[in-house]
Amino acid sequence: MTDGDLILNCENVVMDYDGFKALNNCNFSVHYNELRVVIGPNGAGKTTLLDVICGKTRPTSGKILFGKGANLVGKNAEDITKLGVGRKFQAPSVYGNLSVWQNLDLSVKRPSKGVFPTLMGRSSAAERARIEETLETIGLSNHAHGRAGALSHGQKQWLEIGMVILQDPSLLLVDEPVAGMSDKETEQTGRLLTSLSEKQAIVVIEHDMDFVRQIAKIVTVLAEGTVICEGTVEAVQADDHVREIYLGRAKVAH
Amino acid sequence: MPEQTVARPDSRETVSLSLVGLVLLVLLPLLNVLPADDSWLHLSDFRLNQFGKFLAFGILALGLDLIWGYCGVLSMGQGVFFGLGAYCMGMYLALQIGAESVYGSELPDFMVWTQVKELPLFWYPFKSFVGGFLGAILVPVLFATLFGFLAFRSRIKGVYFAIITQALAFAAWLVFNRNETRLGGTNGLTDFKQLLGFRLSDPSTQRGLYIITVLALVAAYLFCRWIVASRAGNVLIAIRDSESRVTFSGYTPWKYKLFVFVVSAGLAGLAGMLYVPQVGIITPAQIGVLPSLEVVIWVAVGGRGTLIGAVLGAVAVNYGRSVLTNYFPEAWPFILGGLFVVVVTMFPDGLLGMIRKATARKETPAPAIKAEGGTVA
Amino acid sequence: MRRGFVPFSKIVVALFLLILSQGTAVAEQPLASEVAAGASSPIEQALLDITSEDAAVRSTAAALLIAQGDASLLPKLDAIRAEADRATRQALKPVIDLLKNHANLTNAQSDTRRSAAADLVGTGRSEAIVWLEEAATKEPVWWVKYTMEESAQLLRLRAEDHAVRVVAVKKLGELRSQNGLSALKELLEVGTQSGSTDEQRALADAAHASIGQIDAWFWWADAIETFFRGLSLSSILLMMSLGLAIVFGLMGVINMAHGELMMVGAYATFVTQQAFISWLSPEVFDWYFPVALPVAFCSAAAFGWVLEATVIRFLYGRLLETLLATWGVSLILMQAARVYFGDLTAVIAPQALRGGAQVMVGVYLPYNRIFIILLSIVCVLGIYFLLFRSNLGIRVRSVTQNRNMSACLGIPTRKVDSYTFAFASGLAGIAGWALTMVGNVDPGLGQNYIVDAFMVVVTGGVGKLAGTIWASLGIGGLNKLIEPVSGAVYGKVFILVGVILFLQWRPQGLFAAKGRNADA
Repeated sequence: MTDGDLILNCENVVMDYDGFKALNNCNFSVHYNELRVVIGPNGAGKTTLLDVICGKTRPTSGKILFGKGANLVGKNAEDITKLGVGRKFQAPSVYGNLSVWQNLDLSVKRPSKGVFPTLMGRSSAAERARIEETLETIGLSNHAHGRAGALSHGQKQWLEIGMVILQDPSLLLVDEPVAGMSDKETEQTGRLLTSLSEKQAIVVIEHDMDFVRQIAKIVTVLAEGTVICEGTVEAVQADDHVREIYLGRAKVAH
Repeated sequence: MPEQTVARPDSRETVSLSLVGLVLLVLLPLLNVLPADDSWLHLSDFRLNQFGKFLAFGILALGLDLIWGYCGVLSMGQGVFFGLGAYCMGMYLALQIGAESVYGSELPDFMVWTQVKELPLFWYPFKSFVGGFLGAILVPVLFATLFGFLAFRSRIKGVYFAIITQALAFAAWLVFNRNETRLGGTNGLTDFKQLLGFRLSDPSTQRGLYIITVLALVAAYLFCRWIVASRAGNVLIAIRDSESRVTFSGYTPWKYKLFVFVVSAGLAGLAGMLYVPQVGIITPAQIGVLPSLEVVIWVAVGGRGTLIGAVLGAVAVNYGRSVLTNYFPEAWPFILGGLFVVVVTMFPDGLLGMIRKATARKETPAPAIKAEGGTVA
Repeated sequence: MRRGFVPFSKIVVALFLLILSQGTAVAEQPLASEVAAGASSPIEQALLDITSEDAAVRSTAAALLIAQGDASLLPKLDAIRAEADRATRQALKPVIDLLKNHANLTNAQSDTRRSAAADLVGTGRSEAIVWLEEAATKEPVWWVKYTMEESAQLLRLRAEDHAVRVVAVKKLGELRSQNGLSALKELLEVGTQSGSTDEQRALADAAHASIGQIDAWFWWADAIETFFRGLSLSSILLMMSLGLAIVFGLMGVINMAHGELMMVGAYATFVTQQAFISWLSPEVFDWYFPVALPVAFCSAAAFGWVLEATVIRFLYGRLLETLLATWGVSLILMQAARVYFGDLTAVIAPQALRGGAQVMVGVYLPYNRIFIILLSIVCVLGIYFLLFRSNLGIRVRSVTQNRNMSACLGIPTRKVDSYTFAFASGLAGIAGWALTMVGNVDPGLGQNYIVDAFMVVVTGGVGKLAGTIWASLGIGGLNKLIEPVSGAVYGKVFILVGVILFLQWRPQGLFAAKGRNADA
């Protein structure tokens, strides 16, 4: 495969927190329209990886190339968002004191998100239609004008996914989307993500192996800040190294 | 669905607000003019003037509510912007005294005492009303832009920002107290005689100023309401709820904070400008740390995050103060301090929150039950 | 507190000696006067002449008495003065002053000796030069000896003999005499005017060199004193901000009433002092100060404990709310102090902390400031050991890092909260106790420092002791560095601007918390 097919290419990314390397020469790449699942034990650096991509934290060193060669390192979060990277956080993060509709309305991709355009701006009919459509997709049509803070945990997760969808990102970073969801909700989320991946690349962090099996084509295993294995779910599960890491680290030392 | 829309005053509220506006704008001045002096309906010149002062404070409170109540950024330096506006108008008024001054000099009295021979250069723009008027808005706005730019751009947040603005209030107070800043030192500017040819001692002038204050308050309220109801208003609330999430929606929070900070400074300047001719004096005591914090308590008492609450709080607290300091002058700091503690710990939604809760319970018992049994919310 | 005892006991001894020496002086006096009365000496004659109508006779007599320089004549002179007319009194006054100062040159109190030496310059009498030089050779205290030598040279400067004056000018330069500066400048001016004589020019050249020496020296001396004042302000800020930083960093509480807790400590010290005055004998008065330490700590801690239990516990995790509520508390406490104590109450420093040490020419370090600097060091060490070396410290830090986990491990988190808060408040009490040594006790005590202390916390960053220490040093030092240039007011403004600009560069302060939870 050539580099041209990659939407995201992280090269030798290091994230050093006072001597603790959350990411250690991490190399990680994603293709256009790919749904990639990242798994790994606790503290492997999964969330940190998403953080450095979306600009929440700045890596100590390394390069993160996005789309047609823009380096994301050193850019701030809102610029990275404008370039087309969407992020859904692990703990549902919505604006509790706004209505569901307002939450979505704020997230809609617009040419300018500066103060004065936003102050004067009114939603166009097309935008309203998109919001309605998204409300349908995430199943919150009935709650459009209620406070987002009053939603249940699962509904908040969905609302946040809806917000990210409306940003029209070409790369979607999703951190544990199904944590705290019922089986049915989990399945729906899986279907949603799969259908979204037809149009955009998605990176999902997940622990729930059933869910991983449902959605993943290719799985990346992260441990101690580096990618140790990449492949299909079956291949990864059969990998000895991965087993060692999950079952007991002592063996690796020998 | 029983779920209510967020942060939007409903139509019933609009009606009652218009009524209150009419009372303030028409009824009170009429009660001041028409009934005989000894009639129980009569509103004395003193009371009307006092009310005008409270309403000017209401504008100041609106500004703070915008930045603190909506955007969650606590500015403990609003007194500085209020003072800047007040001093700009005060300088114009001081120059209008002219030969009527104690020393008969064209210079303001304090300059004669402190042996200033010539009018300092920065006083020149305030020779005209336009200079005073524009200065009262623009000086606080420009200062807030500079200060806010430095503070917000470097992502000074939360308590850090609060502390920095408090230091600003402290520093401004120190500077305005100095004689060499040529602003009258500790005594400030006072003894004003006329405004655009109208005698300030004349009750009709004060009545006019009162009406202008009401109009300014209404305009300020509508302006704030427009901001709050816009998408940018939603961004402000979003910043309060989760600032980091806002950046991932593509907005740059510090620019919004700067904007709302500057608007609040402009409103504070406007309030100061209206305050000076009605009260007749501006001193550094209005600028310091404590006056800046009192604004916070007005908003907290009235109900932060609601524009009406801010105005209500400003009027209520100041009215309470004027009544209480008459009877128990030493008790006021205790009461003010107590208000801080009680409101913050027990009534975070303030007076308006209590009123809304009370009326909601009274008027809509049925839907409330339905909501419990009905939906997820 | 061990420090306090040494100078204290010394002073007691000194006081004892003073009383003793005065006693012997009294005993000797009749003897001396008997001797004087016995012989019909020129002195006897002079004592009579001094009351003469003739001014010339008076001044000759005065000159003779001065030359004789015997302090034992003083009682007689005083007796004469008491009955004399105005002219005589005027003639007597310099005589008495000189003789008194001469006698005081050998006084037991070094301060008295020193001021006598300094006063002798004012008389302008050349006779005093010998006295001063003689006294200087026997003087044990360097600073007094220095003043004696300086005074002698200053008197020489007025001599007739050119060579003597040139030597005096040079000596003053070598002595780095600040008191000589104005006289030297005068000489320089005279010598550089047109029409000055060769002698005057030679003097001016010497004066120029000496002035250069003195100025250079005092630049350094000023620098050292400024540094010391900065250090002293830094220590005050440090003691205040330590408590603030603990509750802010460890508990997430902004305590605006911290300054008033300090005020509580100061008033506790005041009350202790009053109690000593009313109920105990004056001899043990100085003991009030050490006794006030636990009183101040405990009363401030008690206030803090109540504050935590009644207000702050409802507000954990809501920083801005803690800020506002504690502001309210601070208003109440301030007003309560104003109503109860009135506006001005002062604490009298114990003997040991009065005065100061002259460490070198031009550098005087007051004991109370030294005491505060040392106390702040003790506080830092104490906190360090308490937080990082004790069981309580481990519990506090564990609650800070993970409240729920700590609760699961059986740590009583509520108790830890209230202890921590009470401890930090107690620290404020100690700061207040120390502050009574440098200023009045008034209700605004806390307000004077609170803004600066918060600047320290903001600049230092949250939760790091080192940040607080460096930031107090920086802000206290800068304050005192700028003050002489721009005045105290603009100094504060510059500091504010400086802090804002600093935060441009480091928004999280000097020592930012790093890691996954950095912005949590």
